[in-house]
Amino acid sequence: MLPLKDKDKPLVQKLLAAGCCARCVLRFCCVGLHAAYRQPCQDSLKELQAFVSDAENGKSEQAAAPEPAEGNSTSHDAAGPNSTEENSTSQDAAGAEASEDPPSKRMKLEQSVSEAQADGASRVCVCCLGILQQLSEHTQAVKIAEAVKAENYEFDSLVLSVSLPAQLCVREHSCWLHVKKEVREKCMTLDKDDVIQVKEAFKWIMQSLIAKELRGVSVVTKSVFEVGVEFTHPETDADCHFLATACPDCFKPTKNKLSVFTRMAVVKALEKIPADKFLKHYPCPPPRPAGSCSFQDVQCLHVAVFVAGRYNKFCRSLPQTPWVIDGERRMESSVEELIAAPILSAFRADGFNFSSSGREDVDVRTLGNGRPFAMELLNPHRSRLSRAEMKQLQEAINKSSDKIRVRDLQIVTREATGRMKEGEEEKTKSYTALVWTQKPVQKDDIAFLDEIKELSIDQKTPLRVLHRRALAVRQRLVHSMSTRLLDPHHFYLSLKTQAGTYIKEFVHGDFGRTKPNLCELLKTDTDILELDVESVDVDWPPAIPE
Amino acid sequence: MDGTEQRETAQAAPSVIDRYYTRWYRADMKGKPCEDHCVLQHSNRICVITLAETHPILQSGRTVKSINYQISNGCSRLNNKVSGKSKRGGQFLTDFAPLCRITCTDETEYTIYSCIRGRLLEVNEDILKRPALLLEKPSTEGYIAVILPKFEESKSITENLLSREEFEEVVSKRAAAQTQPS
Ligand SMILES: [Zn+2]
Repeated sequence: MLPLKDKDKPLVQKLLAAGCCARCVLRFCCVGLHAAYRQPCQDSLKELQAFVSDAENGKSEQAAAPEPAEGNSTSHDAAGPNSTEENSTSQDAAGAEASEDPPSKRMKLEQSVSEAQADGASRVCVCCLGILQQLSEHTQAVKIAEAVKAENYEFDSLVLSVSLPAQLCVREHSCWLHVKKEVREKCMTLDKDDVIQVKEAFKWIMQSLIAKELRGVSVVTKSVFEVGVEFTHPETDADCHFLATACPDCFKPTKNKLSVFTRMAVVKALEKIPADKFLKHYPCPPPRPAGSCSFQDVQCLHVAVFVAGRYNKFCRSLPQTPWVIDGERRMESSVEELIAAPILSAFRADGFNFSSSGREDVDVRTLGNGRPFAMELLNPHRSRLSRAEMKQLQEAINKSSDKIRVRDLQIVTREATGRMKEGEEEKTKSYTALVWTQKPVQKDDIAFLDEIKELSIDQKTPLRVLHRRALAVRQRLVHSMSTRLLDPHHFYLSLKTQAGTYIKEFVHGDFGRTKPNLCELLKTDTDILELDVESVDVDWPPAIPE
Repeated sequence: MDGTEQRETAQAAPSVIDRYYTRWYRADMKGKPCEDHCVLQHSNRICVITLAETHPILQSGRTVKSINYQISNGCSRLNNKVSGKSKRGGQFLTDFAPLCRITCTDETEYTIYSCIRGRLLEVNEDILKRPALLLEKPSTEGYIAVILPKFEESKSITENLLSREEFEEVVSKRAAAQTQPS
């Protein structure tokens, strides 16, 4: 039983005559009851037709407080059966002031009412272009569910999103202008926004059907898993075109859009365009389409999952990220790729974004507890791995290469990854450098370095990174140093420094652009032959006991 | 024994310049004999302009009196300022744009040129305070300027320059000509 009142009758009649489907009629009657949309379209149509002819037969329930217009129509309704003539007169009477329809058009209108009644079920709706007809039937739900199943995602709820051709907005607007007067007569306060959107009605119908097909999955309004359904209708794409000349400022060409007629732009233009101007360029009601929309694509998207851990790098010819110069790959692998490959396959993700607490150069090792990193996994098909599975994954990474090692591998929230970058500047980092001196030195010559504490140095942006960073002088602290002589020309220098200190430049001086530097301190040319990061003192992610 | 081993390791360990930079030269700048310039190009395309070891300023017992980055009334390289990653605002230099003038105590004056096209990133202000750096460390701390060539020109800017081998050949021919004047 459709929740309609007498006041809806003129509206129902006019919309059916215009060639709207039963569900679009319900939408314009602002029916918010989901069940009304879920009953088969044909049943609803029959009910609506009966409802309208009931009105003609005068069997309808009387409204408690008849308004003048309604009283007027009721008296005519009572005239008797098969009195379409009479009925149309009553309509004219009701809208006497506004109606400018010439008699010939009135005749056509009546014809189309009967046509709609005859084969309305099989004709494509002028407003929703079939979206709420055959495209929201059970077979469509099966199709969507099959497409989702084929992707093999792990999920227990989903949110349905619908992408409709932009011209649906134009048609909706045309229908709205067509029945605006009747809607206002039903209730003064109703506006275009109160009309139920095609999208909403589609979801009300389809969500439960899809849920049933996917056995036990709930289709909700908010979920980490989104199923997007896209419809197109090339036949009527030109519906929007007049808007470009009517509202040129709404349609600015953008680089990454195929068409300027995006839904957003069309909606904006329709808000701007005055009704009379719209009606000059577009028929009201909208013209009958030959075919219905076609179901274009189902796109599944799972929100990103974040995985964090710490890595060691044991190799002096391994960049952290793929190293490409002039479009050419320089090293065959990278830290992020070695870590990502097993993780991507475990989560069956489409891609990833890697970030870490600082980074080391290609020729620098990272030892000790390793460097914190986080990885955003894009569109993961699996998202819930147990602790044991994460441990297995970590082992798989560690077995796959001896150039790196990972620990504390865990799933984290997006928010938590922010802690990796928090206070990055203030953190202490520990390094060991193998230093070469031009002049031979003895243990005592370098021992004074061990006594230096909190040495403040000024570093101009190193020449080796100046091509991609701004030129600036940064003050950094070398908290402490300790030396271990290897031979007269080589010693190990361990340093604890403020994060962001460029160690290589501190040792070789970078054309005197880091001051003071080790050359100055030792009064001989010095060079750095090897560098290891011994620790990155960021206490995130939390340690996982072995 | 220690001695030979040390010398070997010293040779085996290439300097920072050898590791990351390619040396390019311009000999007899603007036709002036021996006024050789050196361009150290980093693998990231950044170039450091220095005096070549053969430049007259670096020859027997000269002393630098002053260095002047004010190359004309209207233009001082000291006013060069770059901002941001894109190095906005840096003076754009062509091959023969003067960078500075160096005056020795014997009142000889030399102009040092850009050698390449590119954006001036910085000049070495340390040599203003310590002109001796020019003589002591001409290819490191005594550098003249840092220039960033355009990305698309990073290969072509060195086409007009001499490679290290070519330059050494020029120098040895020069030496031969001096010892055997014809
Ligand atoms: Zn419809």
